[in-house]
Amino acid sequence: MGLVLLIIIWLITLISAYFFIAKTWWLPVGASVAAAGIDHYFTVTFILMGIVFVAAQGILGFFAWRYRDRGPSSAAHYSHGNNRLELAWTALTFILFVGLNLMSSSIWASERFRPAQPGAVQVEVTGMQFQWYFRYPGPDGKFGATKPELIDPSSGGEGAVGLDATDPASKDDLVTGTMYLPVGREAEVILRAHDVIHSFFIPAMRFKQDAVPGLAIHMHFTPISTGDYEIACAELCGLGHYKMHGMLKVVSQQEFEAWLAARETEKQ
Amino acid sequence: MTNFSSAADDSSNYDLPQFETRLRRARLGLGVGVVGIVMVFVSFASAYVVRQGLPTLDPRTNTLVHDWFPLPLPWLLFFNTGVLLISSLTMELARREVARNIPPARVVSIPAVSAVQERTIFWLAFTLLLGLAFLRGQWVVWRELAASGFYVATFPSSSFVYLLTGMHGLHLLGGVLALLVAASASLLPGPVESRVVVVDVTGWYWHFMALLWVCILCLLTLVR
Amino acid sequence: MATGEFAAHEAHAHAAPQGFIRKWVFSLDHKVIGLQYYFLALTAVFVGMFLSLLMRIHLIWPGMSLPFFGEIKPEVYLSLLTMHGTIMVFFVLTTAPQGGFGNYFLPIQIGAADMAFPVINMLSFWVTFLAYIVMLSAFFVTGGAPLHGWTGYPPLSALPSAGPGQGLGADLWVISIALFCIGALMSALNFITTTLDMRARGMSLMRMPLTCWAWFITAILGLLAFGVLLAAGILLLLDRNAGTSFFVPLVTVNGQLAGHKGGSPLLWQHLFWFFGHPEVYIAILPAMGLCSQLVSVFSRKPIFGYRAMVYAMLSIGLMGFMVWGHHMFMSGMSPYSAFAFSVMTMAIGVPSAIKTFNWLGTLWGGRIRFSSPMLFALGFVSLFVSGGISGPFLAQPTLDIYLHETYFVIGHFHLIMGVASIFGIFAATYYWFPKMFGRMMNESLARWHFWFSLVGTYCIFMPMHYYGMAAGLRRYSQSTEVAYIHNLLPLQKFITFAAFITIAGQFIFLFNLFWSMKFGKKASDNPWEATTLEWTTATPPPHDNFAGRTPVINNGPYEYGVPGAPRDYVMQTEPLTVATH
Repeated sequence: MGLVLLIIIWLITLISAYFFIAKTWWLPVGASVAAAGIDHYFTVTFILMGIVFVAAQGILGFFAWRYRDRGPSSAAHYSHGNNRLELAWTALTFILFVGLNLMSSSIWASERFRPAQPGAVQVEVTGMQFQWYFRYPGPDGKFGATKPELIDPSSGGEGAVGLDATDPASKDDLVTGTMYLPVGREAEVILRAHDVIHSFFIPAMRFKQDAVPGLAIHMHFTPISTGDYEIACAELCGLGHYKMHGMLKVVSQQEFEAWLAARETEKQ
Repeated sequence: MTNFSSAADDSSNYDLPQFETRLRRARLGLGVGVVGIVMVFVSFASAYVVRQGLPTLDPRTNTLVHDWFPLPLPWLLFFNTGVLLISSLTMELARREVARNIPPARVVSIPAVSAVQERTIFWLAFTLLLGLAFLRGQWVVWRELAASGFYVATFPSSSFVYLLTGMHGLHLLGGVLALLVAASASLLPGPVESRVVVVDVTGWYWHFMALLWVCILCLLTLVR
Repeated sequence: MATGEFAAHEAHAHAAPQGFIRKWVFSLDHKVIGLQYYFLALTAVFVGMFLSLLMRIHLIWPGMSLPFFGEIKPEVYLSLLTMHGTIMVFFVLTTAPQGGFGNYFLPIQIGAADMAFPVINMLSFWVTFLAYIVMLSAFFVTGGAPLHGWTGYPPLSALPSAGPGQGLGADLWVISIALFCIGALMSALNFITTTLDMRARGMSLMRMPLTCWAWFITAILGLLAFGVLLAAGILLLLDRNAGTSFFVPLVTVNGQLAGHKGGSPLLWQHLFWFFGHPEVYIAILPAMGLCSQLVSVFSRKPIFGYRAMVYAMLSIGLMGFMVWGHHMFMSGMSPYSAFAFSVMTMAIGVPSAIKTFNWLGTLWGGRIRFSSPMLFALGFVSLFVSGGISGPFLAQPTLDIYLHETYFVIGHFHLIMGVASIFGIFAATYYWFPKMFGRMMNESLARWHFWFSLVGTYCIFMPMHYYGMAAGLRRYSQSTEVAYIHNLLPLQKFITFAAFITIAGQFIFLFNLFWSMKFGKKASDNPWEATTLEWTTATPPPHDNFAGRTPVINNGPYEYGVPGAPRDYVMQTEPLTVATH
């Protein structure tokens, strides 16, 4: 039985580890400035915790076999422990765990402790059951007022976010169901929600943030490759949670401006 | 080889007579239970503090606004507080009065000795009345608030006033029921030890309820 | 005369009951109450497993029509997962280890005749039972069971208009949880008072078996945490039914103003997770205590580092109250708070690691007997390591940005709660069954059960980590709508088939349990040759556990393999003849 335990535990460990090392199912290629740093810390954590995983399971399996009861000849080693050893492995574990955390917190700080740079592209992202809407402030650079009473999801676009047409700043606001961003420029997203908590998740950008009713949460990220990136809702929001998704299209600066201009003329 | 003592030499295992063990255990249980109740009210209090200071997004202006309206508290609330504090005093008198019966009980346990035991429930009854008066007074406070247009959902502050007074009142009602149990234990025949334990535990619970109410009142009056 | 009465009275507070109702229904005997909790949990775990089975089938065959529920609409899927989580966390993991085995064996292991307050003990079970009935009733009302997840975040959980099942079903869910909190608080009261005040002579705190320490610390956690959940539940009920706005800001559902304003959804999250994190330690600590016990008994040597184990459990308990924000890194909470919570969360990994080292240290140099309790204890260690290792990923906010709400989280908490803790319950069953029922469970069936469960659960939950690394999101009733998630369907298929096999294996356990009660090999009083007090009693123990006598304790609980002793174990009650150190 000891041998069987060793074999099965080691097999489970090695097979599990294999799929992590082989990256059979893995993160999509990173497409934002932050992605490189985040992926780096994923790798560091995988290596360190992987060593601990294999070592711990390996020792468990080995001990189960090595210290099996082999009859009257084997005797258990009577001991209540070893305080020096306890202190040693406590200290090492503490250094490993807390050190790991402190290392990766530099990324967290750069992503979350500072506000967006001036000149960032501003997009207001609004989540509602079960659709994302994106509002651009237009040439005047100001977001117009919205009113909850004006919200009409069935009308889509401006009606869905409840845009108040009486506010002059609203005239050039653009509301779309697809998000466009220019590559290489920081984007400031202002996250809002109308009804319940949603969460704005773009795996390729390594970006996630809950959109909470009653709050307007300012976040930022910088896309570095053009392409189409899926957006998925990452907080249970009701029966349509699984189909609340969108698309981020990262394009060149010229294409972005052209798209904005085309949308503006469409409005007239 | 197992090592046991038998019931006969129980007294050698237990240095204290049985009553003091029961009293200690009951008081310990009450203390532990009180901690549990405290956590409920700590949660309410922290929700209160958070809500009081929390700005909310006004979707019309897209700015954060504070919408806390400090509720004017009826003066009856303070009168009720006085009633409760006095009831704590009378409860303590009741508790000590019953505890005084223990030495005579031990004397009585010696054959052929009799001693008079008090079976008065005067202070218990007084406390009960004051407790009921407090609860009735809180009900009147609710009526007054409603008459002024402050209902449970009118303002966040009114929600909390109803919540805190209601939850406290509910727990005090539990104390009132315990008083009824204690009073009937006093009137019915039975070992005096049980009576003392019940009244003692009820007494400490009652004091805790008074202290809790004072804390709630401080929260309502000072954090506005 | 009077002293004798008092002494007999103290020896046991009430005489053995007569009649079926007093003996088996409204019993005051902690052993009967323990069994009542256990069987409640047993029905709950099969209900919970059935719900997860339906979920697994729906994920890979969305169009299939299933028993009782028919074709699973998205809202039904969400109600399945809500009830699965709620029933498993509350009515299985918070009842069987503590209310079940803790009730049965804490008094015996410390040398007491019963719990401190037998009437409160009985009430705590019946309140829990009532909570269970109320919870199950949510399935049968209009709109069905709620769909807001076991975490019940408002505004979704606070607005009846936010989805089907969010009407009466959600109210019943909240009421059930509130009742459960009351039952749990009563139970905690008993455990704490009993441990502090009813230990037999010589049973100092540092001579208590680690199971008793675990139950004691779990009870303290419960005492401090359940009140917070109760308060949150009351506030949620008011938001739902009295028009208050504790948690709900100004929202519109489908264009209709919901009539609330100014509330904070984050307030719920703070209150819920302040309870919720200690809750997961409540779910795992008793299993840790038992693992320590079993690893020592079946290696025939003392637990490695008894004091360290005690301090580790105490620090896990204490720090468990300081890490709740790690469930909220993405919630909109201040990023500075997030940083503080994350450092604390990494720190709490340290005592857990110490415990693992000490279990391994106990195995080292031992004479391991592979009886069924030991198999599950070894399985526990393996699963705890696996589940624990994914913790440091999630504890770093930098990585949690990506991993939050993915299947990586589901893999993590299932390995620890849904498997390791359950292995603790299995181990406890195989270990204490002889004492409770006077017979041994069948060892061959137990081995089959063990292998099905160990391999099966790894096959279910390890792939979830890969699914999460690929950003596969949780609580999605279907993967058809988001292309990159749909590509991961083969993983879901593998998991579902692994689930079929694993669940099938659990029926081996169920059969073994009931068959052995009648036909199992008769058990001696101490079949495992263990040292703790429950093995000194008759089998099953009499009503007052020690037949009118009180044990006197001379030794610690793990004196196995003492050099110079006549046998390879020294009971806690044995007089001191050999130097134990």
